[in-house]
Amino acid sequence: MSYKIIEKKELAPNVHQMKILALDVAKAAKAGQFIILRIDEASERIPLTIADFDATDGTITLIFQEMGKTTKKLAKLTASDEILDFVGPLGTPADVRELGTVILVGGGIGIAPIYPQAKAYRKAGNKVISVIGARNESFLIFEDEMRAASDELHVATDDGSKGHHGFVTDVVKNILDSGEKVDRVVVIGPPILMRVAAGMLEPYGVETLVSLNPIMIDGTGMCGGCRVSIGGETKFACVDGPEFDAHKVDFNLLMSRLALYKNEESECLDMHDHKCTCKGEK
Amino acid sequence: MVERQVMPLQDPKERAQNFNEVALGYTDEQALAEASRCIECKNPKCVEGCPVNIDIPGFIVSIKEGDFDRAIDTIKLTNTLPAVCGRVCPQEAQCELHCILAKKSDPVAIGRLERFCADHERKRGVTPPVRAESTGKKVAVIGAGPAGLTAAADLAKEGHDVTIFESLHDTGGVLTYGIPEFRLPKAIVQEEVEYIKQLGVEVKVDYVIGKIKTLDELRKEFDAVFLGTGAGLPRFMGIEGENLNGVYSANEFLTRVNLMKAYQFPAYDTPIKRGKKVIVVGGGNVAMDAARSALRLGADEVSIVYRRSEAELPARREEVENAKEEGIVFRLLSNPVRILEGENMTVNGVECIRMELGEPDESGRRSPVPVEGSEHVLDADIVIIAIGTSPNPMIFSGSTGLETNSRGTIIVDDSGKTSLDNVYAGGDVVTGAATVISAMGAAKIAAQAINEYLTD
Repeated sequence: MSYKIIEKKELAPNVHQMKILALDVAKAAKAGQFIILRIDEASERIPLTIADFDATDGTITLIFQEMGKTTKKLAKLTASDEILDFVGPLGTPADVRELGTVILVGGGIGIAPIYPQAKAYRKAGNKVISVIGARNESFLIFEDEMRAASDELHVATDDGSKGHHGFVTDVVKNILDSGEKVDRVVVIGPPILMRVAAGMLEPYGVETLVSLNPIMIDGTGMCGGCRVSIGGETKFACVDGPEFDAHKVDFNLLMSRLALYKNEESECLDMHDHKCTCKGEK
Repeated sequence: MVERQVMPLQDPKERAQNFNEVALGYTDEQALAEASRCIECKNPKCVEGCPVNIDIPGFIVSIKEGDFDRAIDTIKLTNTLPAVCGRVCPQEAQCELHCILAKKSDPVAIGRLERFCADHERKRGVTPPVRAESTGKKVAVIGAGPAGLTAAADLAKEGHDVTIFESLHDTGGVLTYGIPEFRLPKAIVQEEVEYIKQLGVEVKVDYVIGKIKTLDELRKEFDAVFLGTGAGLPRFMGIEGENLNGVYSANEFLTRVNLMKAYQFPAYDTPIKRGKKVIVVGGGNVAMDAARSALRLGADEVSIVYRRSEAELPARREEVENAKEEGIVFRLLSNPVRILEGENMTVNGVECIRMELGEPDESGRRSPVPVEGSEHVLDADIVIIAIGTSPNPMIFSGSTGLETNSRGTIIVDDSGKTSLDNVYAGGDVVTGAATVISAMGAAKIAAQAINEYLTD
């Protein structure tokens, strides 16, 4: 099989948006699910959370940041190029129901997967307060989309170049301290952000969900590489998740397992970069 | 009488360094000599031992006559995957167990002769099959493993319009992700799949039933459905330290190596941790495959830790022998109690306890009992858990009325029919993890039942 890239643009430095034609996946996709792709024969399979889906035109939108070899390879592709394998929708859809008021927190690249959730929570009749943040203004993605999908949008940047000067967690804390009755908080972003948010929110007693993205191969429960510890119990993020109760997640384990192939990744990346130079010289 | 022909093997020292096939296959002369050992008994029992009923005396006679083409044609009448079966079937517990020669000496090497015929055909070039006239009936087959491929081939031969749905990016199921290249070259699996496609079977990879479409939906779109989804869910032991970095399920370890070709890293992007001291927990074929793969990835020492004794090892004798020859250490009557944690949540040894055999359990094997106070620590930086798998429940979401039992396997009748009218199942999803050939046997029975159901 192969799957055509319909559109591609760079949203922020090294952060790309890609729309891919995958009719069957788009028809079945729900907020909170992910896909696994393999660019070509020699590539890894990597999971990416669905940032948007459209059943009418049969497309799935992905947002990714260039990190390792695979995402760098992916970033080199453009509209009309094809991806060899594209599997999904995987994982259990987000538990979206009418709850009252929901705060959706997206940090960095995590803003992308929070977007379909914002739409879904609002459609389900909730008041949606979104808090999005990034290192600086240039890394802030999906601001317009998130504004349109939310009843209230707050922005934070680490350097203060836009919105609140500081972290998204500060903004969430202010909202809760202001006396707003909040029924659920959903946080998606780097593991460190999710860990800090979980810690900050614990004393408030508010239900907090996070979406985990550990290393996985098949995404169907077959390899067990994505095991996470939830309340002391081992779960497979690909089938039992990716959404879990933030207060029960063992973030240290998650972060250490995410770093498992650090050395191999840099070896692979070196080779990748080296290859590219050679090509350039020819 | 001629002695049973010895299978030529790659030298143990050499093969422990590469992923090339270990068994090299009989030469023409060896095949002729081995076939000559068959006494063509009046009442051959070997066929009874074959789950797919190959006309064993028939194909052996053809070999004797030097007509290798006819020999493979005979095999292919009932077996669509002869190159696979000739390599991975436990013949010693099936056809060869029933061979009359086995009573007094060694049985005819039926499996090796089957492999010889299949390899002969591959070298010569496979004759494309003639497509059957279409019946207009549509059958969905879920899973492109041994069961699914067999059911698909048999149904296509009857003229039904078959579509296989496979969740991975490649076909073959466990033949592709599980069994290593050195035991079953992937090119061989792909050629057998190609043959099945030539029968008119359509294969959709990257297609997850239970996610893209449910069984309920498939039942409406197709006249019948065959479930051959296998037993792909890895079991863990539930001991301390099992989530540490460096602990793999055998499924993950082998999938990285086989399906993703991590042994060719960094030419292939998928990484794998190459341990210095590797411990594999379990005693089945999967444990042997994992241990021998770890050795080929460059480990200094690879040990099998198994809680019973050598006699109870569920792996094929041949694989145990191969593993020993290559230098795999067998730590028998030993069971892990916990995995020790080193720096950065990595593995730093395994604490084991010695076991002794007590009374027989429900499986008839003597059950292992821990010897109190015998705890000891084995050095390890990689641990691979190979204690079995169970069916993947993903298929069950959106499958109204499909009955399963407490072990998560699908309940079927003798014909492979499930609790649902037009839904059949066979292989590991029904029996729990078993052999390639038993899955194929069950698939053949189900395919026949589906054919009767469709043509009724």
